[in-house]
Amino acid sequence: MYKYDQYDQAMVDTRVEEFRDQVRRRLSGKLDDDQFKPLRLKNGLYLQLHAYMLRVAIPYGTLDSRQMRALAEIARRYDRGYGHFTTRQNIQYNWIKLAEAPDILADLAKVEMHAIQTSGESIRNISSDQYAGAAADELIDPRPWCEMLRQMTNFMPEFSYLPRKFKIAVIASAEDRAALRWHDFALRIVEDAAGEIGFEVYAGGGMGRTPFIAYKIREFLPTSQIFSYLQAVLRVWNRHARRDNIHKQRMKILVHDLGQEEFTRQVEAEFAHFLSLAEDFPQAEYDRVAGYFAPPPFEQRLSDQLDLSDPAFAAWAKQQVIAHQAPGYAIANVSLKPIGGIPGDISADQMDIMADLAKRYSFDELRATHAQNLVLPHVRKADLYAVWQALTAAGLADANLDLVSDIIACPGLDYCSLANARSIPVAQKIAERFADPARQADVGELKIKISGCINACGHHHAGNIGILGVDRKGSESYQLLLGGSGDEDTTQAKIAGPGFDEAGIVDAVERAVEHYRTVRDPGERFIDTYRRVGMDGFKEAVYG
Amino acid sequence: MAEPGNQAFPTALRFRDDPAADEPAVSLDAFLVQEEADSVRIEAGEDVTVLFPHLDRVRLIEVDFPRFRDGRGFSTARMLREAGYAGELKATGDVLVDLIFFMRRCGFDSFAPDRPLDSADAEAALSRWDHVYQPAADGRMPIWKLRHG
Repeated sequence: MYKYDQYDQAMVDTRVEEFRDQVRRRLSGKLDDDQFKPLRLKNGLYLQLHAYMLRVAIPYGTLDSRQMRALAEIARRYDRGYGHFTTRQNIQYNWIKLAEAPDILADLAKVEMHAIQTSGESIRNISSDQYAGAAADELIDPRPWCEMLRQMTNFMPEFSYLPRKFKIAVIASAEDRAALRWHDFALRIVEDAAGEIGFEVYAGGGMGRTPFIAYKIREFLPTSQIFSYLQAVLRVWNRHARRDNIHKQRMKILVHDLGQEEFTRQVEAEFAHFLSLAEDFPQAEYDRVAGYFAPPPFEQRLSDQLDLSDPAFAAWAKQQVIAHQAPGYAIANVSLKPIGGIPGDISADQMDIMADLAKRYSFDELRATHAQNLVLPHVRKADLYAVWQALTAAGLADANLDLVSDIIACPGLDYCSLANARSIPVAQKIAERFADPARQADVGELKIKISGCINACGHHHAGNIGILGVDRKGSESYQLLLGGSGDEDTTQAKIAGPGFDEAGIVDAVERAVEHYRTVRDPGERFIDTYRRVGMDGFKEAVYG
Repeated sequence: MAEPGNQAFPTALRFRDDPAADEPAVSLDAFLVQEEADSVRIEAGEDVTVLFPHLDRVRLIEVDFPRFRDGRGFSTARMLREAGYAGELKATGDVLVDLIFFMRRCGFDSFAPDRPLDSADAEAALSRWDHVYQPAADGRMPIWKLRHG
């Protein structure tokens, strides 16, 4: 894992003092609310329905036990004893007092964490593959580039008052576990014919009220030129985006207004200019950062055998455990989706337990996933049983990865001031409807994603089944969408028909699932069946 | 810290030693047809590159920030510096104290805000950051360079 040096530490410490000063000026009336708002947003502080919400960055979803314990302590000291993992690998606290926010940021800085640019019109925390450094199918570990990008994009002087937010993802596998093409700017690390490592570049993706899947704008970018290239993209957007309508200012709108070809042409022209400034980060800096991500000291000659004689453990291992690149090791997914729970929520005590397990069994590493779950990335297969027992005792051993109850949901109207409808109760009711493990196993992979408004924080556009909460004449209504995907075969879900009330949407999901079970080919996933048979049959089944 | 600046803007900050331009800045369109003009004003959204062929006769460029959240002027300023412009570059309009550090980094060397800045807050903002992650238009050495020499 990356460790701050004196410079990184000075940057976050200075940021804390800057924000403390800004809060002081706000509380003394020197800054009005309008002036203060972007400053607090750039430090992760939203004003929600009941209190401030603080979103803490977990850079590329990687954290260690010390950091997880610090997150637990913040939950206890400043919140109500729990936190909420988000759809971009961050953690949010929902009950924060403004006056205490600088102290929380100071506590985070002590463990090399921050909330820099986690909200507002800024370049957000870089997201990545939650299995980075462990996945059997990756070309290289993408996290050194994520960390380089973190440093490139924090406090960019030219790009700190952007038209809108800007989200970046980086992966290094053919399989996309980070919803790459739903980002404003995305990089897939690839190798060219000569064996040189570079980036395949995508731009112009995003969800929200106007969803777009990113275009590929470059087949191969030498890694050494990424700072120039990123600045070129940002400059084209910063100069030419609309500034008259906040809903039309995301880069996706400009990219799609100009078209893939013209946008790319402008970026390439600006890129040539930036290259001429010769300001790219040197290879030595990559080497320095990459050194922190060297593989942990895996034991050699471990057995790949797993004792599956305990059926409950076997069921968990079958669903939650993924192949690791090192023999004798496994990736263990930890569900934050207990039946009837709030997707992504975790108590401070559970955070401490996850920290203990990471320290003892996973080379002190944890990951947060965009699907609002956690990962122990490097567990000896021989230790999986002990890990499972500890998870079971902590209420963290649900075996539902990518199943119908592994639902992504935004905080919705229970917390969020933007929401039109509640998301959490819908997620809970769907999970309860499909609670029977045998039924879940029979349905198989099915990604349900729920947003409480068109801003799409719950990724409904990318749901195999998406649910969008809307306000319909003063009451909550839910639209059903089908056929979305955030995987490498990215697709945008389509609205099936008229909306439902809360009970009705749960029934509608069940009818869609039953239709799938009726028409699927053996072994076929929900998304593949939908793609094969199309919307009409599902519509008929749902609306009758 | 800055000189007190010219009297018309008692709270203006100026980081230059040369005498300030004495003619009012004209619009970009007017500048392009008035060959004697040496001061020009660029509104948000105007294409600064049309000025590039004329930079040798410019003494002052004002870049307006109509609302503090409109960050187009940051690109305008840095592009001017990258094009070799060495004259005065003044940020005008809704210039807040929390913007001026980034503005300095993008090449602005004078400020004429609509509303006066608190001089202690301005000084704190400009002196707060010992290090920077990126090179920009101010010649500051990025952290990676400090790390690797």
